[in-house]
Amino acid sequence: MRARRRRKPASYGFGFLDENAKKELRRALLKAVAIPGHQVPYASREMPIARGFGTGGLQVTLALLGDDDTVKVIDQGSDVSVNAANLRKFFALVCPGVRETTRTADATVIQTRHRIPEQRLRDDQILVFQVPYPDALVVVEPSAAKRREMHGAANYARLWTKLYEDMVAFDEITISHRYPTRIAGHYVIDPSPIPRWDVPKLNMADCLYLFGAGREKRIYAVPPHTPAEPLSFSDVPFRVEDFTDEHGHRRACARCRATDTFLDELPGADGVKTYQCSDIDHCTETAKAEPCERSSKSAA
Amino acid sequence: MSYVAVRGGAEAIAQSNRLLDALRALGGDSAPIEIDAIERQMPILHGRVLSEGGLYHPTLAALALKQSLGDPLEAAFMLRAYRSTQPRLATMPPHETSGMRLIRRISAAFKDIPGGQMLGPTPDYLQRLFRFDLIEEEPQTFRDIARGWLGNLPDAALPTSFPKVVDALRGEGLLPQAEPCDGEPFDITRAPLVFPVPRSASLATMARGETGGLLALAYSNMRGYGDVHPTVGELRVGYLPIELPHPVTGELIEAGEVLMTECEIIAMYEDTGTGDKPVFTLGYGACFGHNEVKAIAMAILDRSMQASLAHGPRNPSEDPEFVLLHVDGIESMGFCTHYKMPHYITFQSDLDRLRTTQSKHQAREKETSDAR
Repeated sequence: MRARRRRKPASYGFGFLDENAKKELRRALLKAVAIPGHQVPYASREMPIARGFGTGGLQVTLALLGDDDTVKVIDQGSDVSVNAANLRKFFALVCPGVRETTRTADATVIQTRHRIPEQRLRDDQILVFQVPYPDALVVVEPSAAKRREMHGAANYARLWTKLYEDMVAFDEITISHRYPTRIAGHYVIDPSPIPRWDVPKLNMADCLYLFGAGREKRIYAVPPHTPAEPLSFSDVPFRVEDFTDEHGHRRACARCRATDTFLDELPGADGVKTYQCSDIDHCTETAKAEPCERSSKSAA
Repeated sequence: MSYVAVRGGAEAIAQSNRLLDALRALGGDSAPIEIDAIERQMPILHGRVLSEGGLYHPTLAALALKQSLGDPLEAAFMLRAYRSTQPRLATMPPHETSGMRLIRRISAAFKDIPGGQMLGPTPDYLQRLFRFDLIEEEPQTFRDIARGWLGNLPDAALPTSFPKVVDALRGEGLLPQAEPCDGEPFDITRAPLVFPVPRSASLATMARGETGGLLALAYSNMRGYGDVHPTVGELRVGYLPIELPHPVTGELIEAGEVLMTECEIIAMYEDTGTGDKPVFTLGYGACFGHNEVKAIAMAILDRSMQASLAHGPRNPSEDPEFVLLHVDGIESMGFCTHYKMPHYITFQSDLDRLRTTQSKHQAREKETSDAR
């Protein structure tokens, strides 16, 4: 008994998961790509980071990474946000040989929470989403068994009704993020809590989008060159977040002056708000590209 | 420039981890707590971690408690995460718990039962009064407790197996016959729950469910959101010998034993609509460690969910999807915790919706007042 306890503690293998788990994940991923937008149930292992912190995305990424990959991790668009930093630390620990980057252009696999990079991704890149709620129907139907039937029949009537009721009550569709999006004309997906700003990037993309929901044990995909349409009425068009100021001007990033990016709103102690790109890499690249223009503008 | 750190996430985490570790050591001169002391002196807490972690590894369960500063949810979580790295080597055949090496066994159904009631270690009849002398317990007196107990053991060895109360009731035709155990059980670690799920999936999910979660849902049934009205047919605590097929010969060999709590509750007969002979109904609960509340709560929920097969769920504790998707401590704790992470992108989207809706509302108000 005593001798057993002094044994050298076990260590962890490449990619943390055992090989059978990775195989199962890859099979689920292939099925997800073959049936765009369909939620594929999978066993979902417990990871050493908490459920809700991206365990689904993490498992997908671990099943994908080989030692010739370059990985980037973002949370809220930032590489250095606490959760992104923590995940990157984990990849460094369990995937020796895999290169890390903060540059979107250099990454082969990008794991993300709540954002799609501003820069259009290429066909040799994969974006892995961390997904808290894999099912767009959960806002209208709590039972998973019933939701499965509704998806099978492409019965999204209750979602349309919810949108209509929003119009009646508020004259606006109130869904702010996780906007229900129809993939290849059949399944409606929850595109993860990305802002509406990012939803159009799902449509006819060059890259592969993979979605992993660890706690809810589902994987789904939007393959390249696949139509992705946010639900909207012909007379009520889908609208992304509005960043115009009170004078009708598009707000610019305080750092890189870009006027075509999703902005974080930062309330200052003096009541003055600052706006800054949420995609830090894109912001840095833009600032680098136009240093003269930037300094002249910020001096003004 | 602003509160949003452009750099520093990694460094902040590193310092936070150091501080958490320092919490164990700061402000006192006590010796580091030994793994062995956790396992032996906090066996109830330790058993709870084994059970909710779903991996019977006593040393790692104790280490998990030490590392997590005594948080049973975090400790169970560590065991589960470790489990993900381990392959599945074999499937055990069903084990008969009549062969358990018992430390406790009671039935609330009969005054005396074949083999006898055995109260064993239980806080049930303890007066919850402080023993202030334990605040400063001398090592010598502490050792004397065990010596004194072992020195007074009766000579006669206990029987190695005790008959099960439910078997006697089955013999009398008062309970349904046991379902045959043929085919592979549902392995919740290798397949997700897609409803409806077989009973083996339900039992496995509850066996590693969180004690408080199971208790809350079972209590709702006890109070009136349901009507199981259980009688504890038998509750037993003890060590179950684990037999595994030999990798070459396939012959069963004993690989060790696990401490378990098992409970069978008996409930009233029901109209099954089949015209069969009415019999009492059963609910089953079992988990690693000594955790009687969990085993009883699980047995009640097993019964309530089985009852719903005939007529559909009439309350939350009868709905398998409601019960089984909400009793896992690792999942619920993780999701609760995740709300502390940054959500400023989604909140920005929320703000956008509210501001737009407010401005439309304002415009409408103005229109109405202008019209007046």
